[in-house]
Amino acid sequence: MIDSWAALVGVVLVAVTTLAIGTWGLRFSRTTSDFMVASRTVRPGLNASAIGGEYLSAASFLGVAALVLTFGADMLWYPVGWTAGYLVLLVLVAAPLRRSGAYTLPDFAEARLQSRGARAVCSVLVVAIGWLYLLPQFQGAGLVLRQAVGAPPWVGTLVVSLVVLANVTSGGMRSITFVQAFQYWFKLTALLVPAAVLVAVWVGDGAVNPADADGPGSAGIWSIPLGEGGAQGLYVTYSLIVATFLGTMGLPHVVVRFYTNPDGRAARRTTLAVLGLLGLFYLLPPVYGALGRVYAADLADGGATDTLVLELPRLMLPGVGGDVLTGLLTAGAFAAFLSTASGLTIAVAGVLGQDVTGRRYGDRRLSGVTAFRVGAVLAVVVPGVLALASMDVGVARVVGLAFAVAASTFCPLLVLGIWWRDLTAAGAVAGLLVGGLGSGFAVAWTLLTTATEGWAPVLLGQPAAWSVPAAFATMVVVSLATRGRSRVDARRFMVRLHTPESLPLDRG
Amino acid sequence: MNHPPERVRVTGPPRHHGTARRPGTGDIDAGTRIGAILMGSLVGEQRRLALATLSLLAVSVGSLPLVFHLFPHLAEVRLLGVPVPWLLLGVLVYPWLLGLGWWHVRRAEENERAFAELVAEAMPDEEVDGT
Repeated sequence: MIDSWAALVGVVLVAVTTLAIGTWGLRFSRTTSDFMVASRTVRPGLNASAIGGEYLSAASFLGVAALVLTFGADMLWYPVGWTAGYLVLLVLVAAPLRRSGAYTLPDFAEARLQSRGARAVCSVLVVAIGWLYLLPQFQGAGLVLRQAVGAPPWVGTLVVSLVVLANVTSGGMRSITFVQAFQYWFKLTALLVPAAVLVAVWVGDGAVNPADADGPGSAGIWSIPLGEGGAQGLYVTYSLIVATFLGTMGLPHVVVRFYTNPDGRAARRTTLAVLGLLGLFYLLPPVYGALGRVYAADLADGGATDTLVLELPRLMLPGVGGDVLTGLLTAGAFAAFLSTASGLTIAVAGVLGQDVTGRRYGDRRLSGVTAFRVGAVLAVVVPGVLALASMDVGVARVVGLAFAVAASTFCPLLVLGIWWRDLTAAGAVAGLLVGGLGSGFAVAWTLLTTATEGWAPVLLGQPAAWSVPAAFATMVVVSLATRGRSRVDARRFMVRLHTPESLPLDRG
Repeated sequence: MNHPPERVRVTGPPRHHGTARRPGTGDIDAGTRIGAILMGSLVGEQRRLALATLSLLAVSVGSLPLVFHLFPHLAEVRLLGVPVPWLLLGVLVYPWLLGLGWWHVRRAEENERAFAELVAEAMPDEEVDGT
């Protein structure tokens, strides 16, 4: 059991600071527009920090180092893919998506395709991906608190849920922007300072080069970024690349942030800044993985690698110094859960608030902000209860699968919707169904079975390489078959997506 | 911009006034052939740029698994004690991605500026349209 005082202090400080900044941001939050999109006035620097803070989840903070320790260099593809995903988003989506003027992915689908059906399918997918991504955040919070301060797992889940709900329902997007910008810099510090100390300890020890250490796997396999190698290793690596490069643009909490930019040009510059911030952060987790191979190789044998980042300081630096570093890292991990869960909750609550709780039932109808708040409660409670009910789904795997589903559904919708005028509503819906059902089946199969032999678990465990092309092909073929519809709206919409805002054009 | 206006022969009253208060941009608003060509040039240029950037990404980063598959001995090559695959995927890839992004943003903004100038230049040529 870790001596827990430093970790406890860290977690409490992060929770209190988060609530305090959220309350401070509340003073700027006046209207529904503030609530939903921070009134679209967030500057690129602040916005990029907020996006970075929201995007760097526990999978980045804890998971990457653990995976690198166990499986070696092929796990470096995760952070590379999560960063390159922002480059693809910058190139294909950022400015047009902001210029579309829509708030959520369902808004985009309806504005582009003039179809309530496409909107409904997108709403279901946003909520499904959001919940799939929230579930491991809540579970991970439980595991970390148990590891750090010995609390039962439900405590972490409950604390994260309550802090997120308090912040989101009170201040909405405006105050969350400040909270998340703070959390990026806090997470970077919480990972950078201990890493610097631990590398200094490693140099001082004159210890062995991680690449030569006796760790899991032979040194050769550990250093080659190709898994077990062979055709399957190649397939898994490329499928992971497809899922992460293309999935980022389809994550609901990433997309919703783009509407807070003042215009398309700012959206591009924000994304560029995010690329820099992510690259800076992702230099650090592999350092922990490599040092773990020297100092904590037995962790990998025990299978308890998710706590590597938290335990390493104690293993390398016994005494108060190690405790303080562990406390800092625990607080950083907790910040990661809070910020990612907040972003996802905002996104899911936005969709639920528009399409479910904001609808007219009988002759009653909730106001915009109230509907958003009720949506936020729903967005948190469902995955929270699921996290409590099923304590073991494999944190990193679920996040990876959420990327695959996003890449198989919203990536084709956004790319074709923005760059191809002939996309029709029927084509979009057909492609969303093919990509969503295909990758969804793979998710269910992977989570429910344990087979590891042959090609079936390989193809279903990492579905993006086949489900993404299938979704693209379906959208194109069905659109061509149903192209009889008028294209006037699409033409006007293309003007809106691609022309700079400074030109006085009719944007529909 | 400062030389005197060219002399023009006046042959009759301008044929349509009032309909296009913002000629050039008006072509795009009305969906004329010229408007379609203007829009097509912008979207085509941006699409070409996007494909160029993505191709660079695919060739540089996307080819790495194949390279490691074909040349597994790269894992034994070290620079300053760090195996080359680690150096590529752990460090060098990030400044490269940032550089690609920076280049792309600069070019995309140039394309938009060129489009804005094109639309502005198209204003006096509105009659070429012939509608």
